[in-house]
Amino acid sequence: MANDGDDPDAAFRVRNGDYVVLKRGDVYKSVQIQSKRKVVFEKQWFFLDNAVGQLYGTTFEVESGGTLKPQAPKGTQSASDAKEAGTDNRNIVDDGRSQKLTKDDIESLKEKGLKGQEIIQHLIDNSTTFRDKTEFAQEKYIKKKKKKYESSITILKPTARILALMYHGREWGKVCHLRYDTLAQMLTLGNIRAGSKVIVFETCAGLVLGAVMERLGGYGTVIQMYPGGGPTRAGMESFGFPPHFHDTLYEFPLCKMNALLGGKLDLESKDMDTNHSSGSPDESSDRIEDPSESGPREEASPLTQEMETSSEVPGVKVDEEDRKERERRREMKSQEKKLKMEEKRRKLALAAAQLEGRNADGLVIASRFHPCPVLLGLLKFLSPSRPFVVYCQYREPLIECYTKLREQGGVVNLHLSDSWLRHYQVLPNRTHPVLLMSGGGGYLLTGTTVAMDAPKTSGQPKTEEPSAKRMKLQEAEGSA
Amino acid sequence: MSFVEYSEFIQEGDVAIIFLGHESMMAVNVQHGAQTQTRYGVIRHSTDLIGQRFGSKVTCSKGGWVYVLHPTPELWTLNLPHRTQILYTTDIANITLMLELKPGSVVCESGTGSGSLSHAIIRTIAPTGHLHTVEFHAQRAERAAEEFCRHKVAHLVTVRNQDVCKDGFGVTGVADAVFLDIPSPWEAICHAKRAIKKQGGRLCSFSPCIEQVQRTCEAMLDQGFEEVCTLEVLLRVQDVRSVTMSLPDFGPDDLTDPAQATSDPAPSNASVTLKTAIPPKEMAGHTGYLTFATKTRE
Repeated sequence: MANDGDDPDAAFRVRNGDYVVLKRGDVYKSVQIQSKRKVVFEKQWFFLDNAVGQLYGTTFEVESGGTLKPQAPKGTQSASDAKEAGTDNRNIVDDGRSQKLTKDDIESLKEKGLKGQEIIQHLIDNSTTFRDKTEFAQEKYIKKKKKKYESSITILKPTARILALMYHGREWGKVCHLRYDTLAQMLTLGNIRAGSKVIVFETCAGLVLGAVMERLGGYGTVIQMYPGGGPTRAGMESFGFPPHFHDTLYEFPLCKMNALLGGKLDLESKDMDTNHSSGSPDESSDRIEDPSESGPREEASPLTQEMETSSEVPGVKVDEEDRKERERRREMKSQEKKLKMEEKRRKLALAAAQLEGRNADGLVIASRFHPCPVLLGLLKFLSPSRPFVVYCQYREPLIECYTKLREQGGVVNLHLSDSWLRHYQVLPNRTHPVLLMSGGGGYLLTGTTVAMDAPKTSGQPKTEEPSAKRMKLQEAEGSA
Repeated sequence: MSFVEYSEFIQEGDVAIIFLGHESMMAVNVQHGAQTQTRYGVIRHSTDLIGQRFGSKVTCSKGGWVYVLHPTPELWTLNLPHRTQILYTTDIANITLMLELKPGSVVCESGTGSGSLSHAIIRTIAPTGHLHTVEFHAQRAERAAEEFCRHKVAHLVTVRNQDVCKDGFGVTGVADAVFLDIPSPWEAICHAKRAIKKQGGRLCSFSPCIEQVQRTCEAMLDQGFEEVCTLEVLLRVQDVRSVTMSLPDFGPDDLTDPAQATSDPAPSNASVTLKTAIPPKEMAGHTGYLTFATKTRE
């Protein structure tokens, strides 16, 4: 590994401040690299300082004291040179005494700082039944112990695949039970691609937004519609997009949609953030506010520095100083608030300008809200002949959407679907479906917008089918 | 029109998707003077299509009407001329996500087949990515290349007519992802490894039979691929309908009142109507197994 001035791998190295994903087995965790920051992952704690400068994809060993040591590229080591193996289990009796090491023995091994590999070897050596087990059973035994005692952690660059796996595995309540194969369908059926103008409404912690932005690759526009006081973006932040991606992202509060549609959007109003309606508790806990979270804009405000110094000033003037200090702080606060309001207003105007053309190329909805009003409202912003995708954890609300869209017209090719996902264990002579499979990954309603008919006075309900065909269908369905 | 960019109006040379209603569509090449016959009558390209907006309603000669849609890879998949078995959108969606494709990705694919997946890959990796696709059947390779030109995506794809199992992908150390849909993918795993960047990348193989999967997994592990994972995804499309269920008649409920029992003939036609989604009687139960793996850095 040449590591000189012009490192060809510079782009593949972990830097301080990067968003990364930790992987152990098939458990993932998203973290931001910060020096001297303690991270807890899979019952272990460690510091990520040693990961800086290493290549993405490196596997680390957790050592005592929480330091990470890059693992040498592993040869195919197996914990045992299993020479002997039984053919079946006819003589293996479960008397609970096959392991000669006690709990305390194992604990003391761990305290001595023995490597996982060595502990496993001890367990095998002290298992009276190991030699009688079949080769397959031995392999299984070792695999189980490895999972428990080996503590290696891989650091990966975040992608939609990894983050979707992570959210589905660990926090699926936060993403409305959206399974990764369903997310895959959404991105494909929505024809999400570079250069599109996409409207996204989601309460999936920002995962869907991030996945859409990844597919846009910094080309095009995303308008995120958000409920309540502000958009949730923890999941999107975890992707660690370069700054120019953020220039393509707009946000618009859902509570101003009617005003926008009615042409009554007031961009001058002073009550810009009075609408803190429904921030759900799980959204607020998405990311623990941490003053250092703000990434590149991070600088200690002069205020906090002053506070530190002023507290050290001895003498009687402290009270006086204090009062002035408080005065100044109040002023700064109100200044800051003004700036924030200004910024918010500017953003609103920009997003409104993006929406007003009513020429969006795609619509993606995945939220804990009833999809029907959301969909009927947001469809108005799409050009004709554009796909839309609505995810819902439950089927019934989408049935309602389907019915309403059929009545209203302006869409064709409507499909309500769900997908079924099965994993396989593929091993010589041991290939079979994995024992546990997902019970469900939610439902999708997809379709394509078309030009709306000029409203006719005939009062005839519009459907996708020409009238002759409709008659036939109705006869077939036996519904009037 | 292009498969990687939306346009508002239909022009000569475009591909347009004619939507005839209820699961019935057709793709047409738009040309001055051309006509397309549908069951609702004739569509005359010069007057009915050229200059019209995508998404508008077109009235045919017999008074019936259709919608004309902008092509997307998904609509193309449902309307393309089959030269081989093709991959459908459900598998394509998962391949795209699990191979981590995005704008700028360099992808190798074999075989090109009918180009169903190729179009979806090109859509996702445009404008800065590239697809290297290999097809050993000369005529199929040629047809695919023509199609890419007609769909205005030729600059994003290179079609090579060679045998991937013998000659590989024709590129080395450039790919972020490789996809295999061939009868003996295990013979191409080493070529896939060579095609992927030295910093690593993703691999996927699609096979209908489990024996193919077993050999492929073995070859992947032999070549040092990691995170080998096999899965299968099926799509269930539901039919939204109103159903009516009649309620049983238990007879009059107040038997102490003899007047009611005799005077009131039981209303035996009470029923409840509700909206529901009915799974299809039959559906595709298997397309193929998708095996994914990661090449770690060399």
